[in-house]
Amino acid sequence: MSVIIQTENLHHRYMDEEEDSLKGVDLAIEKGSFVAILGHNGSGKSTLAKHFNGILTPTEGKVWINGMDTSDEDKLLAIRQTVGMVFQNPDNQIVANVVEDDVAFAPENLGVPSEEIRQRVDNALKQVGMYEYRMHAPHLLSGGQKQRVAIAGVIAMEPEVIVLDEPTAMLDPKGRKEVVSTVSRLCREKGITVVLITHHMNECVDADRLVVMSGGRVIADDTPARVFSQVSLMESEGLTVPATTQVLNTLNQQGYDFPLEALTVEQCAAAIAANLNA
Amino acid sequence: MSIIKVENLSHVYSEGTPFEKTAIHDINLTIPEGEMVGVIGHTGSGKSTFIQHLNGLLKPTSGTITLDGRDIYESKQFTHDVRFRVGLVFQYPEYQLFEETVYKDIAFGPSNMKLSEEEIDERVREAAAFVRVEEELFEKSPLELSGGQKRRVAIAGVIAMRPSVLILDEPTAGLDPGGCQQILQNICEYREKSGSTVILVSHSMDDVARIADRLVVFSQGSILMEGTPEEVFSHPAELTEVGLSVPEPTSIAMALKEKGVDLGSAIYTTDQLVAAITRWKGGPAC
Repeated sequence: MSVIIQTENLHHRYMDEEEDSLKGVDLAIEKGSFVAILGHNGSGKSTLAKHFNGILTPTEGKVWINGMDTSDEDKLLAIRQTVGMVFQNPDNQIVANVVEDDVAFAPENLGVPSEEIRQRVDNALKQVGMYEYRMHAPHLLSGGQKQRVAIAGVIAMEPEVIVLDEPTAMLDPKGRKEVVSTVSRLCREKGITVVLITHHMNECVDADRLVVMSGGRVIADDTPARVFSQVSLMESEGLTVPATTQVLNTLNQQGYDFPLEALTVEQCAAAIAANLNA
Repeated sequence: MSIIKVENLSHVYSEGTPFEKTAIHDINLTIPEGEMVGVIGHTGSGKSTFIQHLNGLLKPTSGTITLDGRDIYESKQFTHDVRFRVGLVFQYPEYQLFEETVYKDIAFGPSNMKLSEEEIDERVREAAAFVRVEEELFEKSPLELSGGQKRRVAIAGVIAMRPSVLILDEPTAGLDPGGCQQILQNICEYREKSGSTVILVSHSMDDVARIADRLVVFSQGSILMEGTPEEVFSHPAELTEVGLSVPEPTSIAMALKEKGVDLGSAIYTTDQLVAAITRWKGGPAC
């Protein structure tokens, strides 16, 4: 698989700050993959995400999107068409009074012909399961629905990558599941590269790869199962591990020998049942 | 002794317009003094509408709310007093910080209560200590603080009014696990020391399972269930049906039951699950 996002020795320092927020990040994200980025507040994960479509540019090092250098201002439009961003608060991202107008906003600005806009908007709304709501007023939707409309707005630009910066922080458990399963499906079925920034451990379970940030550096980068099995590392970072890993880890401390990679509820229960029924 | 009593409370938004919507319907609830109550429910279930009635921000379409046995609309003066006695911390309260300094922001509530300068000062320091906002931060602009600090300053502003009932609408939303832990710990300590009644609205089943004495589950504008965490989480099917989840340890216990390992129903924390598994090793659960 080819690499779509690449950072090389990426440093970023905000104006007036005395310390770098990112201290040398080297990452290569493959096209079509689903990557979750986890870290506590202030770990640099949002700063990193903002480099992926040129909202921020490196103060040292490089970021390439499909081979385009984000520091090259002439490439900025092309970069922003390649990488779409979804943010935390759905209310701040919705601009129109009708759902389908909102989704049409970006392609209109890109100068897409109107027949094609119609097509893109309908497709985007279908992909996030909001087509039946196309004539509704966005402010009357639930948080999960609003966030899916925001995702449709990004899909309508037909980006190759969607970066979501804590898209579920303001949602209830149901809204959270709607959003995560929507982006997961976009990745699996449409081949869109997904970068999901979150601090909800459970949302990382489906990802191909989990990157953990701390103090502006990458401190773990592997499959979610293998990252979470490093329980003491995660806890020392002020992060929790899913309850499944926590239970198995505590049991192991009492002399059991469970595989910590049993990450889903089903895998965890199967491992415990096999032991207890033996 | 009950501090808040809600009887037959209903609220209809935009009554008489095409947008008419019954947000809550015929709610009856008694909250004993000093209790920590967790209110859970999916978005749109009516929980925020409900709590805004408790300090008179929303007026019931029908029904009554009493505080210490008095109808909160008994007199204009009492309705005014209720605003100070029932402190409400909204969702994302940090967006409501507006003063030039942290100190002034925390002092805003008590300043409106016509207290002396000394009394206000004492309350500001006390409230800040409860939520671990150091006095060095007092002269800073609230805008210079981190997300978690801002949230704690906003909570201090409400605590400084010394409300007998503190209501928090999703106080941990959007914070990282460390920040969540700290806020919940602050709330538990505040309640222990002040003896206040606390109502905590939350999406996190794991949080309320750990700290609440009693849970109230809202669904479609009505109370679906009420009881101890143990009682409420022993109805996983009903909770899942209304779009809520059970704590993850409960899900694992349910999956185990399907595989022939029945650990009983009172499992909602990881400690309980681990203990039940270790016990089961000795023989089937009874």
